[in-house]
Amino acid sequence: MSTTTNENASKGSPASAFGPVGKALNELDDRLGVAKGGRSLLDKIFPDHWSFMLGEIALYSFVILLATGIFLSLFYIPSQEIVVYHGSYAPLRGQHVSAAYASSVDLSFAVRGGLLMRQMHHWACDIFVGAIVVHMARVFFTGAFRKPRELNYSIGLVLLILAIGNGFIGYSLPDDLVSGTGIRIAFSITESIPLVGTYMSFFLFGGNFPGTAIIPRFYTIHVLLIPLIILGLVTAHLFLLVRQKHTQFPGKGRTEKNVVGAPMVPVFAAKATGFLFMVTGVTALLGGLAQINPIWQFGQYNPSKISYAVQPDWYMGFLDGALRIWPSWEWTGFGYTIPMEVFIPAAVLPGIIFGLCFAWPAIEKHYTKDAAMHNLLDRPRDRPKRTAFGAAFLAFLGMLFIASSTDVLANFFHVSLNTVLWAMRVLVVVVPLIVYPLTLKICQELQAVPDAGKRKRSNVVTRTATGEYLATPAAERPGDSHEELDAEPVPDFIDFEGPPADPENPGVRQVNR
Amino acid sequence: MQPSARNPERTERYIALIMVLGIAGCIGFGWAYWVNAEPWILGATLGAGALLLGFGVTAWGKYLMPRGPFVEERHDLRGTDVERERFAAAVVQRGGGILGRRPVLAGIAGFGMAAFGVVLAFPLIRSLGPLPKKTLTETDWKYGTYLVDSTGRPIHVDDLAVGGIVTVFPKGYQDTEKGQAVDQSVLIRLSTTPVITQPGREKWGPAGYVAYSKLCTHLGCPVGLYEQQLEQLVCPCHQSMFNVNNGAVPNFGPAPRPLPQLPLFVDGRGYVRARSGFNQPVGPGYWERS
Repeated sequence: MSTTTNENASKGSPASAFGPVGKALNELDDRLGVAKGGRSLLDKIFPDHWSFMLGEIALYSFVILLATGIFLSLFYIPSQEIVVYHGSYAPLRGQHVSAAYASSVDLSFAVRGGLLMRQMHHWACDIFVGAIVVHMARVFFTGAFRKPRELNYSIGLVLLILAIGNGFIGYSLPDDLVSGTGIRIAFSITESIPLVGTYMSFFLFGGNFPGTAIIPRFYTIHVLLIPLIILGLVTAHLFLLVRQKHTQFPGKGRTEKNVVGAPMVPVFAAKATGFLFMVTGVTALLGGLAQINPIWQFGQYNPSKISYAVQPDWYMGFLDGALRIWPSWEWTGFGYTIPMEVFIPAAVLPGIIFGLCFAWPAIEKHYTKDAAMHNLLDRPRDRPKRTAFGAAFLAFLGMLFIASSTDVLANFFHVSLNTVLWAMRVLVVVVPLIVYPLTLKICQELQAVPDAGKRKRSNVVTRTATGEYLATPAAERPGDSHEELDAEPVPDFIDFEGPPADPENPGVRQVNR
Repeated sequence: MQPSARNPERTERYIALIMVLGIAGCIGFGWAYWVNAEPWILGATLGAGALLLGFGVTAWGKYLMPRGPFVEERHDLRGTDVERERFAAAVVQRGGGILGRRPVLAGIAGFGMAAFGVVLAFPLIRSLGPLPKKTLTETDWKYGTYLVDSTGRPIHVDDLAVGGIVTVFPKGYQDTEKGQAVDQSVLIRLSTTPVITQPGREKWGPAGYVAYSKLCTHLGCPVGLYEQQLEQLVCPCHQSMFNVNNGAVPNFGPAPRPLPQLPLFVDGRGYVRARSGFNQPVGPGYWERS
């Protein structure tokens, strides 16, 4: 090797112009070779658009889930053993409840900050799944799933399924009357699978429902198995994001071959750190101010008891809705039964929904014959068929979601349950069929208007003495002209302030937005 | 290089103020925790603190840091044609070629790994639970079983008024898991007597009493609502409705089958007892159900 390398190595740790921190970094580079990659990581450009923070919300709520979940796991007892309650919640004292339920109530009332942590955990889960869904919608409508990002799109979908599953399992853990009913339904759905259903449900529950194994098993799945998989897949998701670089919307100086935006350090780091705190703050406000899942009102689960007007968490709503409106078509023959009234809406339908999501990149590629690399995003209006399909798909899911509260709707609007049921059966089919052509038309109309969505210049309307109205363009205000600056590579030394544009008034800078 | 704030000094003051308020919120949370304040105060202080701090830091990044825009080249991820060829050659030759050269060994190794995987999965799955066997078809109801309520008190023929309903269990099973999850039934007193719900069930409903399995045939929720005027049992989960007068045939909702009826008789001392068990499996459908 060259002599300079040897010389440097023999000198031990080379001094740095950047003081002790620089010296420490040099020591690190000697051993791990971090200087080159580290610098380019700090320079890494993140395109700026509000819709790119949706995935961040999901990431940060996952962080909150981990933190609050660890707290809860210190107090929760995953056991269906029946104990006599002696805790701090007076109405329950002396009653026979499961250790899981007793510990869930006690960690809410007896542990300082426990109720806040439990409600934050529950809210963070609802936000987590919601953020994933909205993030996925953004990816879908802007075409970010296209080559080369099909794999990352699929990872995201797996994450969505895992998040929904773990959410369901998680809210089942308190062993309260509402969630216990949900577990009962999960058992019956598993049982409905032809050929292997009863075996699967018996293996999952360690016997016939309810047994004493399901809460401990759900606990292991909820706190160990699925979080580990989610953690691994999130890492892969972010690694692929860094490796393939983020997509960007078209704009001045933005091409398929570059990324324009803000560098990781300092701008993106500051915004992301701040945003993590903001998501935490909103979750804490919700957890403290908005009650969620008051298990002490529901009571201990008992298979022979049930509550009225009970809905699952929002992300299970589409399944519950499908189960409600699907007709009672049980198939029997040759000495066997296929409970189609359960199997189709609860197993086949979600299979089709998620299958379609997984297959979408391939489906679109098949019809567009587009195998090129795409780093620039589409505006949804420019891909009317995709946008219309996505909107119809979401409308379908939305109708199923609404169908999960047929009883509440019937009560609220004072109509018969039968009317609501048939209305939902019709709407689930009809609304998507209306949404598709409507969205298609809106997209096509928007395409025809070149300045749609751009900021409009305001007019000053004056009335003359003769009663005429005159509209004259208003004077330009700062920020009206939306000229984008030329993008430049991140320099070695960032001059944070730059020269003041107005020497008369050095505190105020002229800015071209 | 300029920040995007029009007046950076003023913006800095605002951000400083917001962050100081955020710190106040965090200190407030510490105080609230120390004095064991109400949960809503804990949430409000922690939430306000984190939200304001985060808002300040984000605003700092958005308004006061150099906004660029900066640009970075996107390098092709793909290698050169030569690199791709060499990679493919190594995979195909070293991987496939090695296997193809000794097909017998490759076959045995592949079979061995598959067998290893299968036998590993066997105990893992099989140890998880027992086979269903007869647990899905059997209940604890048989000839002569007393109907008891959840406290274990036998139901006497005078206990229910017309229109009354009670959840019943086979005597001795009211506190057991199987009793509550599988055997649970509803006993209803109707105005007609005897209640003949279906042909062939002439003796099943003495003294106006009918009993049905409480497990919904849709998904196994307890059929816990009774519309007294309409004489309908309603499942709160997915709103299946069962007419108790005609053998609990579902007349609304997704339930596919009637609730199995429990034949009853009233014994010499006036206690309501089961004439036999159910004539079919209770609860939702499954493959092996004939």
